[in-house]
Amino acid sequence: MSAVEVQEAQIAHDLHKVVARDVNVYYGEAHALKHVDLDIGSNEVTSLIGPSGCGKSTFLRCLNRMNDVIEGCRVTGQITLDGEDIYDKSLDVVQLRARVGMVFQKPNPFPKSVYDNIAYGPRIHGIGAGKSEMDEIVESSLSRAGLWEEVKDRLEKPGTGLSGGQQQRLCIARAIAVNPEVILMDEPCSALDPIATAKIEELIDELRQNFTIVIVTHSMQQAARVSQKTAFFHLGTLVEWGDTQELFTNPRDERTQGYITGRFG
Amino acid sequence: MNLILLCLIMVVLTVIGYWLGQRQAVSAAGGDARRLHSLPSYHGFYVALCALLPAIVLFVLWLIVEPIIAEQVLISRLPAEVQSQDPNALRLLVGDIKSLALGNIVSREIDASLQAAADGYASVRGAGRLGMTVAVLALLLAGAAWAWRRISVDHRARNGVEMIASGIMILASTIAILTTLGIIFSLLFETGRFFEKVPFFEFLFGTKWSPQTALRADQVGASGAFGAIPLFAGTLLITVIAICVAVPVGLCSAIYMSEYAGPRLRALAKPALEILAGVPTVVYGFFAALTVAPFFRNSGEALGLTVSSESALAAGVVMGIMIIPFVSSLSDDVMNAVPQTLRDGAYALGATKSETIRQVIVPAALPGIVGAVLLAVSRAIGETMIVVMAAGLAANLTANPFEAVTTVTVQIVTLLVGDQEFDSAKTLAAFALGLVLFATTLALNVVALNVVRKYREKYD
Ligand SMILES: Nc1ncnc2c1ncn2[C@@H]1O[C@H](COP(=O)(O)OP(=O)(O)OP(=O)(O)O)[C@@H](O)[C@H]1O
Ligand SMILES: [Mg+2]
Repeated sequence: MSAVEVQEAQIAHDLHKVVARDVNVYYGEAHALKHVDLDIGSNEVTSLIGPSGCGKSTFLRCLNRMNDVIEGCRVTGQITLDGEDIYDKSLDVVQLRARVGMVFQKPNPFPKSVYDNIAYGPRIHGIGAGKSEMDEIVESSLSRAGLWEEVKDRLEKPGTGLSGGQQQRLCIARAIAVNPEVILMDEPCSALDPIATAKIEELIDELRQNFTIVIVTHSMQQAARVSQKTAFFHLGTLVEWGDTQELFTNPRDERTQGYITGRFG
Repeated sequence: MNLILLCLIMVVLTVIGYWLGQRQAVSAAGGDARRLHSLPSYHGFYVALCALLPAIVLFVLWLIVEPIIAEQVLISRLPAEVQSQDPNALRLLVGDIKSLALGNIVSREIDASLQAAADGYASVRGAGRLGMTVAVLALLLAGAAWAWRRISVDHRARNGVEMIASGIMILASTIAILTTLGIIFSLLFETGRFFEKVPFFEFLFGTKWSPQTALRADQVGASGAFGAIPLFAGTLLITVIAICVAVPVGLCSAIYMSEYAGPRLRALAKPALEILAGVPTVVYGFFAALTVAPFFRNSGEALGLTVSSESALAAGVVMGIMIIPFVSSLSDDVMNAVPQTLRDGAYALGATKSETIRQVIVPAALPGIVGAVLLAVSRAIGETMIVVMAAGLAANLTANPFEAVTTVTVQIVTLLVGDQEFDSAKTLAAFALGLVLFATTLALNVVALNVVRKYREKYD
């Protein structure tokens, strides 16, 4: 690395929450993600867009090392969180996942009560020892996810009994409860109707005050509405990324142009 | 004519009927099979079925009814004073005449009148056989001809064949259900007779089991006590021991197979475990009696414990091994059915693998696991061979696993082995025990299947 490059990297780390450099992902022989460099700013919403199968979810899963669980999956390159290499041997995955939460495409509440769904994360990380402390965490997480009013009378009912949109907000509340720094969301609205989607989009905008958010979405309107930065992936490469406004009005690459004008994807 | 030959002829005629029906259908359509409502093969099947089914029904009925009629004829031909003698003697005589007619051993002197009666009987049976052959073949041909004449372009042979096929299925399942009902009713009936001799409450709540009843009034020590509590207790003790072995081992191997083992190891390990369920129980029985029981007795001696050579422990442990696959295989299936998204959810919150298994997967799969255990329990309760060989016959009312105990199934076996009067309380007690056993396992199965079904509904 030249002195200039080192300096640039330093600046990137100072300014950004997550910095990915030359990230490659292989599923067995298949090269699913190629040489991705991406910076993710603090207290910003970054959306990942691109045609199906281009590697958005794969990249997202790199950020909390969920790829570790997939057999035959190999990640190379460097990803840092606050300047700390998350693929470093000495790093504890459990702690990483406490700092980087995740919300999935399909709502996946545990078959437990609403209360226990929220309390699950804090319990395994030893947060909220006393009953009153845990009650507080549950209430504040549910309120921040905009769900408290709807479920406060049914905290002991199973979380699987809520509606789809409520379940997804429950999953968001569950992720918030461990007080992470980054929240990853993989198409969080794809299983929801427009009203539930609007609620979640509003929620994402509020959560930005306290969290860094990365969201995968298939809807360009959604990316435009909720995110400050957008990254466009195509066939496993990161084609371009930048300010959402800029990328949608003035794409530099013709593949981006083609995708956002609906010519392919 | 030989019965086997007759069957062969029926089959051959049916096949010919199929072939002719098919050809007739094609020629009815002027050689263009596409004009037919049904494929030619359906026309063929239609002819074959119309020929064969009525013939088979007649065949079976004839086989059932003919001997009865022949016997009536035989009796009516006997002299009046012979007919009016005591029914038991008459039955013996009729049996001898039949044996003579069939060339078997006869228990009395053969005189001319006996020989004549036997010849008469033989000729009646011979005529019956001939009549049957003619009638069955005639019916077969008539059925075939009737179906053959109906073949036309518009004839809905396919619908007909479908109807006949579904009729056959319904008949088969009806037979299975009726058999079950028959067993239940005969159990109920005989149990009712048992409770005429032994009071209901004495049976269910009595604590002394000693089923020897006196054959003669002056026999000693044969008063007969039918308190089934020691048997229930023995069954319970052995079942509990078996569950204590099977549940931890089965559950852990299920968790290993569904969560830790790779797909290739799993494909090997699962059938390997299921082999345990395929070992004949007799083999488990002598394994228990010859290997496990002496081992426990010797180890017990070394520790200063008295373990009898037939112990609840030996039988229970071996039975536990036998039911491991019931627990492991079914639990593995239900844990595999827990959606991957739940695992991902737990991992993403920072749960480790064992935390995920303990706190998410097992609770999610719990109803299914409970169902699996209940099925295993009902299997253990009904198991006989292992306990006969390893647990002993002493009806002790004890909770000590080192003593010999006995179970409901073992007692049913001992009550019925050997020469028995069929209407003594001793024999009838077997039916009462059988009914209790049946009711228990039925209830367990119903509960288990419902629990499993509930679980299935949640994730599909
Ligand atoms: N577990 C896996 N094993 C093998 N290959 C995988 C696996 N997951 C993803 N892939 C492959 O990696 C590539 C990228 O997949 P990824 O799921 O990241 O796409 P995506 O951009 O999220 O698509 P979508 O919008 O449809 O969710 C695809 O070609 C896919 O087939
Ligand atoms: Mg995806």
